[in-house]
Amino acid sequence: MGHRWGMVVDLDRCTGCGACVTACHAENNIPTVGPDQASRGRAMHWLRIERYWEGEFPDARLSFRPVMCQQCDAAPCEPVCPTYASHHTEEGLNAQVYNRCIGTRYCANACPYNARFFNFFNPGWDKPLHLQFNPDVSVREIGVMEKCTFCVQRIKASEQQVEAENRPMKDGELKPACVQSCIATAMVFGDLNDPDSQVSRLARSPRGEKLLEDVGAKPNVTYLKRQTQA
Amino acid sequence: MSASGQRISDDLLRPLLETTWRFYLLVAVFGLFVLAGAGSFAYQVYWGIGVWGLKWPIFWAFDITNFVFWIGISHAGTLISAILRLVNATWRRPVTRCAEAITAFALMIGAMFPIVHLGRPGLFFWLMPYPSERHIWPNFRSPLVWDFFAISTYLTGSLLFLALPMIPDFALVRDRTTGMRRRIYGALALGWAGTTKQWHRLETAMQIMAIAIIPVAVSVHTIVSFDFSMAPVPMWHSTIFGPYFVAGAIFSGIAALIIAMAALRKFLHLEDYLHPVHFQNLGKLLLLMSLLWTYFVFAERLTVWYGNEPSEIAVFWATQRGAYAPLYWTMVTCNFVIPFSILSLTRLRTITGCVIASCAVVVGMWLERFLIIVPSLSHKYLPYSWSSYRPQTPEIILMVSTFGAMGLLYVLFSKFVPIISIWELKVGEHPKRVAATAQEADEIATLWRAQP
Repeated sequence: MGHRWGMVVDLDRCTGCGACVTACHAENNIPTVGPDQASRGRAMHWLRIERYWEGEFPDARLSFRPVMCQQCDAAPCEPVCPTYASHHTEEGLNAQVYNRCIGTRYCANACPYNARFFNFFNPGWDKPLHLQFNPDVSVREIGVMEKCTFCVQRIKASEQQVEAENRPMKDGELKPACVQSCIATAMVFGDLNDPDSQVSRLARSPRGEKLLEDVGAKPNVTYLKRQTQA
Repeated sequence: MSASGQRISDDLLRPLLETTWRFYLLVAVFGLFVLAGAGSFAYQVYWGIGVWGLKWPIFWAFDITNFVFWIGISHAGTLISAILRLVNATWRRPVTRCAEAITAFALMIGAMFPIVHLGRPGLFFWLMPYPSERHIWPNFRSPLVWDFFAISTYLTGSLLFLALPMIPDFALVRDRTTGMRRRIYGALALGWAGTTKQWHRLETAMQIMAIAIIPVAVSVHTIVSFDFSMAPVPMWHSTIFGPYFVAGAIFSGIAALIIAMAALRKFLHLEDYLHPVHFQNLGKLLLLMSLLWTYFVFAERLTVWYGNEPSEIAVFWATQRGAYAPLYWTMVTCNFVIPFSILSLTRLRTITGCVIASCAVVVGMWLERFLIIVPSLSHKYLPYSWSSYRPQTPEIILMVSTFGAMGLLYVLFSKFVPIISIWELKVGEHPKRVAATAQEADEIATLWRAQP
């Protein structure tokens, strides 16, 4: 049986530190658009930490929710793409073929999670970030859509590694950049086809819920509900 | 040729044969608008779509508003012309060609936007199925690919529908001119000699096209509405969108037609041909469509409000009393209050009254398209991503230039083609021939029955 990659995010553990966002930018060569463009809504955070306040100060309650592409099984972004740039892989990932994207932006409008980002201009990086590109990830050009890939370059590398060593993949040996950098281990990544993997066990938790489940996109990211008061 | 027939030809061919300073002025003014639009597009291609106000998560705004708006305007020709032809409404005769020309030009303008709005416009042909060495086809599940087929079918059909009844008129121009003009119009007339057989064929072809174009027109705007209703976006994902869009399209199309007719009447001195009764009748149609549009909006809004579904109600209140409320209530005023109060009173249903109502409707329908697209995207599900939209200069220039492009195409068209179908007008004015024999009576009867 093939893999089906999934993630669990424990909202009780997330401290909102933002290390995952930084790691994601570094790993995936995501452009930094600068403060001016960011204030115009052009920031490209494949992974973002949504911050919500409830109540009024001093009884305010702050909660965080890291949101990335949910790699939906019934992804609304896929059927609407006229060129198959957005399509489903055999391992259940929503792949984005940058070279095939002509920039209709329909996928981003159809995405209930607003997980897709458009290259409004040619990409640029604040110095010295231009010295630390990841050679395994292609840089996207102007006019194409991009989004979280579950670090598909790491997935492919791991799969090739275990194939070369002729052994099964160990649970937890493959981590996307966000999971690897999470200081609170709030994020767990793994194979949902393996019922004993940590991600499968956590996804079955009674605290587990899907984001915007009613929309029916069948996401592969499970959030573990908050139980503590902050 | 009868005396009245002679006068019709003289009056309607005058714009083709005489060029006044007004023509040059209009071409210059509209041409400047078009140049500004082209400049804006070049600027956008050079720097990127980021010169527009688009942002995360509002990835469509003015671009797709213009697209839907102009495709909507294009529904003027088909409905007025095809339906009025089929029911043989005789008052349609001076109106049909103005309407069909609007269809063709509005479609060309509207169909530009799916290309102009692309992140990589040079690759627009990937929307089309063409034999490529990599055997990659477009995704036939995508409404954008349906759009491609719907619009190209409609454009082909409406160009044919426009061109067919122009053939006898081209022949008339050919016969009345000399030199280069005679050669060009002669080629366009496709060897028309006015034989009974040719008339029969023309009328049969017109009949077929008039019937065929109606379902095509309805399907086009339904498919345009599918661009929205197929996506799980609050207040887009609605079953009412197909008929709602078609009704709105016909509504704005009639308004555009009334404005165009009033302008032609004024500039080309067609007072003898475009009578107040034409405006009266079109005004009644506009009133009907205004009521139908209002009914659709009411049905859509009431169900959303009563259903009280959280994601939809957020968009609902954003338009009803939030940031978009000024635009929303302007739309309601322009599309319902103004046309209803003017057009429901016979006393006010004059040419001026109809033009005022139509101008309001054009503005209102543009706003309607904008208010369908933007509030839903700016209030889509997760409140963290809620946002607002502010247009930037390049896209405003582009929007304004489309109206200039419409004006330019229309001025040029009415310069080179009789804007009122001369032969159809003559058919309407001629008394019936008196048949000498029973066989001839039969022939005449067939001819008149086949009359488009």
